[in-house]
Amino acid sequence: MAFDSFSAFIIMEGHGPYVWACYAVFAVLVAGLMIWSVKRHQSVMDACQRRYVHDAKNSGRPAQKASATFTRVEISQD
Amino acid sequence: MGSAGGALIKPVEQGVSPLSAMGAVFGRDVRVAFRQRQDLLNPLLFFVMVVSLFPLGVSPEVSFLQQSGAGILWVAALLAVLLSLDHLFRHDFDDGTLEQLVLQPQPLFLLVLAKTLAHWMLTGLPLVILAPVLGVMVHLDGNSIAILCLTLLIGTPVLSLIGSIGAALTLGLRSAGVLLSLLIIPLYIPVLIFGTGTVAAAAEGAPVGGYLALMGAFLVLALTLAPFASAAALRISLSNS
Amino acid sequence: MWQWFHKLGSPKWFFGIATRFMPWLLAGGLLLLAAGLTWGLAFAPEDYLQGNSYRIIFIHVPSAFLAQSIYISMAVAAVVTLVWRMKLADVFVKAIAPVGLVFTFLSLFTGAVWGKPTWGTWWVWDARLTSMLILLFLYGGVIALDRAINDEKSAARAVAVLVLVGVVNIPIIKYSVDWWNTLHQPATFKLTEKPTMPMEMWLPLLLSVLGLYLLFGWLTCIRMKTEILIREQRTRWVRELVMAGGK
Repeated sequence: MAFDSFSAFIIMEGHGPYVWACYAVFAVLVAGLMIWSVKRHQSVMDACQRRYVHDAKNSGRPAQKASATFTRVEISQD
Repeated sequence: MGSAGGALIKPVEQGVSPLSAMGAVFGRDVRVAFRQRQDLLNPLLFFVMVVSLFPLGVSPEVSFLQQSGAGILWVAALLAVLLSLDHLFRHDFDDGTLEQLVLQPQPLFLLVLAKTLAHWMLTGLPLVILAPVLGVMVHLDGNSIAILCLTLLIGTPVLSLIGSIGAALTLGLRSAGVLLSLLIIPLYIPVLIFGTGTVAAAAEGAPVGGYLALMGAFLVLALTLAPFASAAALRISLSNS
Repeated sequence: MWQWFHKLGSPKWFFGIATRFMPWLLAGGLLLLAAGLTWGLAFAPEDYLQGNSYRIIFIHVPSAFLAQSIYISMAVAAVVTLVWRMKLADVFVKAIAPVGLVFTFLSLFTGAVWGKPTWGTWWVWDARLTSMLILLFLYGGVIALDRAINDEKSAARAVAVLVLVGVVNIPIIKYSVDWWNTLHQPATFKLTEKPTMPMEMWLPLLLSVLGLYLLFGWLTCIRMKTEILIREQRTRWVRELVMAGGK
């Protein structure tokens, strides 16, 4: 151990706040990046799953109705 | 084959040479710019106004201005060029001329080079001409002003060339103006550093030959590489819209 | 041989490989990083010049190394995108650009905080810090451009062009900032990593660097997997994978 006691370890002869601030920010950002990546992965998986389930449910239905329909009208050209 | 389309269709054997195509693009850009003189005037006004902000906002002391004057002028010129890059491609993009330009048989990078040189002549060159006046306003001595103008003369084409890459990349995008600045300013920093460094060296009496040679190297590098990057970016942007 | 190269471009193949390697990268990375940092914080001896503040080096140097390596690997991927139009290369760039941004910020932050007790000031326009700041801008530009373009393919190619223009500029930026800094550097100030470090300091640093690189590998895998899912969601293999509840 480079330090005599735990409190000496924390204080680091006055440099404590700087060292610990850096390590804290590092831990927060790196962990945050990792957690965010995992969460995003999960939510994309869930979104895909919801979409596939939705598609599977709707596959039985007839094709979507067109927004405009054209009725063929027989008009004589004579 | 040639007669049906009249003068519009040139048979391949009598194609337009790349050089005359460049000349045509250059001439067109200059003529169009003179019809919309606002685009020419705005960067100049901006240049003058930004330079004026520093004595007003920081200090009008002669000592401060003499020390920082070259830097202030360079930053202002850089920002003015940045501002003017918007209309390098956008007007042509909006009315469809750019697509025609991309479809030309002549190499696109040459046409882009011609456009960029026209842009520099209309924007950067007037800044260089105006710089001595502003140099006097910031109390720079004659030698410094001369070197400053020389660095601006070599540096502003580099700014136009690098800027054309950014303008091509952000063509047609929302908030293209801010995005363009974000992309281009990091790339401008070396030019800025050496531009002002040259003047600083001159003020101390040190030889400036080396600095000017380095700036010349930047210019050559930009002249040879930037048009290719801009042409590639133009094709990407056009395929996107 | 080309078959291997083109297999490398298959998102499905990569997805499988990444899933297999991820646990090892995570475990190895966490282990090495924890070991290196604990050693560096608690066991390495005090520096006779800087005292204890030098311990920041164990997170500063890995972050700085990664910040630069990530940009260079983005540049390689950009070449692959433009020349071979490989989908995975686009996915790679998009996935790791934010990671590069975070590590660049971290190296700037830790560098600044290290500066305060050591040289008495939070920020110093020295060559290294200034170059890192410009690298931060370059990353920001890449991310901003990618978000501004809606079409996936165009965005990938535009970003590739931008990354390459940036990478050409990096040596120029480094050189000019270095040169500029030698002009403006205060006479008494010198930022040095001691060229020869005692083993007790060098080894934990090595462990930390390796650990962080492995963690970066894990991050790359998971972020690329996410991006692949988004892009390939209409394919059958993704559908089967997701419906099977697979990872």
